[in-house]
Amino acid sequence: MDTQTSHNGQTPLVEMEDIHIAFGGVKAVDGVDVDLYPGEVVGLLGHNGAGKSTLIKTLSGAYRRDSGSIRINGQEVTIENPRDARRHNIETIYQTLALADNLDAASNIFLGRELVSAGGFLDDDRMEAETRKIMGRLNPNFQKFAAPVKALSGGQRQSVAIARAIYFDARVLIMDEPTAALGPQETAQVGELIKQLKSEGIGIFLISHDIHDVFDLADRVSVMKNGQLVGSARTEDVTKDEVLGMIILGKCPPGATPGPGALDGDG
Amino acid sequence: MRDTLSRSFRTLQIDTRLVGMIAALLIVWVVFDLLTDGRFLTPRNLFNLSVQTASVAVMATGMVFIIVTRHIDLSVGSLLGFIGMTIGWLQAQVLPDLLGIGHPAIWVITIFCGALIGASVGALQGYIVGYLAVPAFIVTLGGLLVWRGAAWWVTSGQTVAPLDSTFTLLGGGAEGTLGATWSWLLAAVCALAAVVLLFLSRKRKIDHGFAVKPLAADVVLAGLFAAVIFGFAAVMNAYAIPARAAARMFEARGETMPEGLILSHGIAIPVIIVLVVATVMTVIAKRTRFGRYVFATGGNPDAAELAGVDTKLLTVKVFALMGFLTAIAAVIASARLRSAANDLGTLDELRVIAAAVIGGTALSGGIGTIYGAILGAVVMQSLQSGMAMVGVDAPLQSIVVGVVLVLAVLADIIYRRKTGD
Repeated sequence: MDTQTSHNGQTPLVEMEDIHIAFGGVKAVDGVDVDLYPGEVVGLLGHNGAGKSTLIKTLSGAYRRDSGSIRINGQEVTIENPRDARRHNIETIYQTLALADNLDAASNIFLGRELVSAGGFLDDDRMEAETRKIMGRLNPNFQKFAAPVKALSGGQRQSVAIARAIYFDARVLIMDEPTAALGPQETAQVGELIKQLKSEGIGIFLISHDIHDVFDLADRVSVMKNGQLVGSARTEDVTKDEVLGMIILGKCPPGATPGPGALDGDG
Repeated sequence: MRDTLSRSFRTLQIDTRLVGMIAALLIVWVVFDLLTDGRFLTPRNLFNLSVQTASVAVMATGMVFIIVTRHIDLSVGSLLGFIGMTIGWLQAQVLPDLLGIGHPAIWVITIFCGALIGASVGALQGYIVGYLAVPAFIVTLGGLLVWRGAAWWVTSGQTVAPLDSTFTLLGGGAEGTLGATWSWLLAAVCALAAVVLLFLSRKRKIDHGFAVKPLAADVVLAGLFAAVIFGFAAVMNAYAIPARAAARMFEARGETMPEGLILSHGIAIPVIIVLVVATVMTVIAKRTRFGRYVFATGGNPDAAELAGVDTKLLTVKVFALMGFLTAIAAVIASARLRSAANDLGTLDELRVIAAAVIGGTALSGGIGTIYGAILGAVVMQSLQSGMAMVGVDAPLQSIVVGVVLVLAVLADIIYRRKTGD
C-alpha cells in the first residue's frame, strides 16, 4: 500500500483491521481498517453517528469488537477492557473527560494506577507532588490541587484529563473531540501540546466531527460514514473541501485511497 | 465577624461541616439537659448513650460506603435480627452440647460464624445488585422480608437466653467495661496516636514542599484531640458501678470487696468496638485503593469503569463489608440485651440510613465520611433518649425524629450550595 511506502517500511504503531461491531442488528462499525505510525497524527472524521467513536472505543477497551484484529507494533493483541488498553500504553482522553467530579486532580490522574507506600496504602502526598510536577508543565496557572475537580473550569478539567493520559508514558493517544468544550486560547494550547507529543514519537488519533479542528494538526485523515470507511488520505494530498465531500457525501477524491464506504462510480 | 471566623477555619483547614455537626449535637445535649433539670448530661446518661449508639454506629460506617456507591441497604435491620438469632441459638443451644457449658471458645466460634453469615449474605445481595443488575432498593427490600422471616425460623420465634457470659461482656453491661485504670491507659494511647499521626502528616507535607498550616494551629488541634479523648475517659470513669453490683462482681471471683471501694464503669467495650471499626473504616476510605474506588465509582461510575475499576466486583465487596459490620452490630445488640429475640434490630435500617445521611452522606453518591456517620448516630440516639427522658409521647418522638432527618438533609444541601462543594 502507498501509505506503507510513505513510512519507509516502518512497522505501524497500531493496525486495526476489518473491525466489526453491531448493536442489536445495527452495524455501528462495518469492516473498517485504520493504522497509525509513531509520531503521526491521524484525524478520524465523520458525522455524529458515523461510527468513529465506536471504532476507537474498541482500541481504548471501552467496547469489545465482534470481529477483526488489532496489532500493536505488529503484534496481535487482545483488548477486552480499559486495563488491557492501558497495559499496551494506549491512553484515551474521552469527550466527557471521564473524571470523578468528587475527587481531586491527583486522585483522578492516578485513578486505577495509584501510587502506594510500602504498606500498600495510598501515598496521597507523593501523588499530589507528581501532580504538581505534571500540571506545572501542562497548565502552570493550575493551583487547585485540594479541590474536587467539579470546582475546576472547563480548561482546567481538560488539562487534568490530558495529564492523566500522558503521565503514564503513553505511546498511543486517543483524543475524542478534544477541543469541543474549550475556548480559542485553550484550543490553541491543546494544538501546541499535540505537536509536542508528536515530536516525542507518540502516535495520536484525533477524533472529530469538525474538520477545522483536525485538518491543520493531522498528517493523515480517515473518514467514516454509516459505519464504513470512506477513505484515507494524507492531508497534503487533499483539500479541506475534498475531505468535507468525503464526510458529507462519501465521495472519495483522487488524492485519497478509497475504502468500502466510498460512493460507487467515483474516484 | 463571620468572614474572619470562616477564614480562620480555612487557614486551620478545619472542616466547617464537622464543626457545624458538633455544634448541633452540643445544642441538642444542652437543650435536653435544661429540659430534664440536669439529668441528661450526667456520666450515667452519657455512658448509656455511648452503649446504645454502638450498634447503629457500627452499621452506619458500612452504610456510608453503600450510599456513596449510589446504592442503599434496607436489609440491615432484618439481617441483624437473623444473625442475632443464629448466634444466640449457636451459643445457647448448639455449642454447649458439643463443647460443654461455658467453654471459653464458644464466644469466638459464635462471632466467627456470625461474621461469616453477615459477609456471605451481603456478598449474595451485592452479587444480585452488581452482576444481575437488580436495583439495590429492591434486592434489599426483599432482604428485609427474607431475613426477618428467617430470624423467626431459627428457633420458631422463641427468644434465646441466657447467652454466653464472655459474649455478653461485648454488650457493655457493668462488667463489660474497661474500668478506670484501663480507660485512662486507652485514652493515653489514643491521644498519643492522634498527636503522632497529626505531626507525621505535617512532616510528610513539609518534605514534599507543600504549604502547611501554622505550627501553632497544629499544636492547638493536637491539644483539642487530647482534651476530647481524655474528657471522654474522665466522664466514663465518673460513672460509678453501684455498690451492690460491684460486690457481686467480687463475689463472682471469690473475693470480698474492700470496704469503701468505689469502682468506675470506664469506657464500655462496645464503644471500643466502634472506635476500632471507625478507625479501620476511615483508613479503608482514605488510604486504600478499595476506598478510593468506592468514592470514584460513586462520583462517576463510567469514569471508574474506564479507569479500570471492576465496579461489579466492587459492589459485591461493599455489600459484603456491610453484612460483616451488621454481624458485629448483631453481636453488640444481642450481648447488650443478654438475649436474642426475633424482633432484634427492627427498624434499624432506617436508623442506620438516617445516621449516615444526617452525618453528611449524599444519596446522590460520591460524598460521605465515617466520622460524620458516627456523629449522625450519636445525634439520632441523643434525640431518642432525650425525648424519652423528657417524657415525650412515643408518636411525637417519631414525628420529631422524622422532621429532624429532613431538616438535617436540607441544611446539608443549603451548606453545599453556599460553599460550592
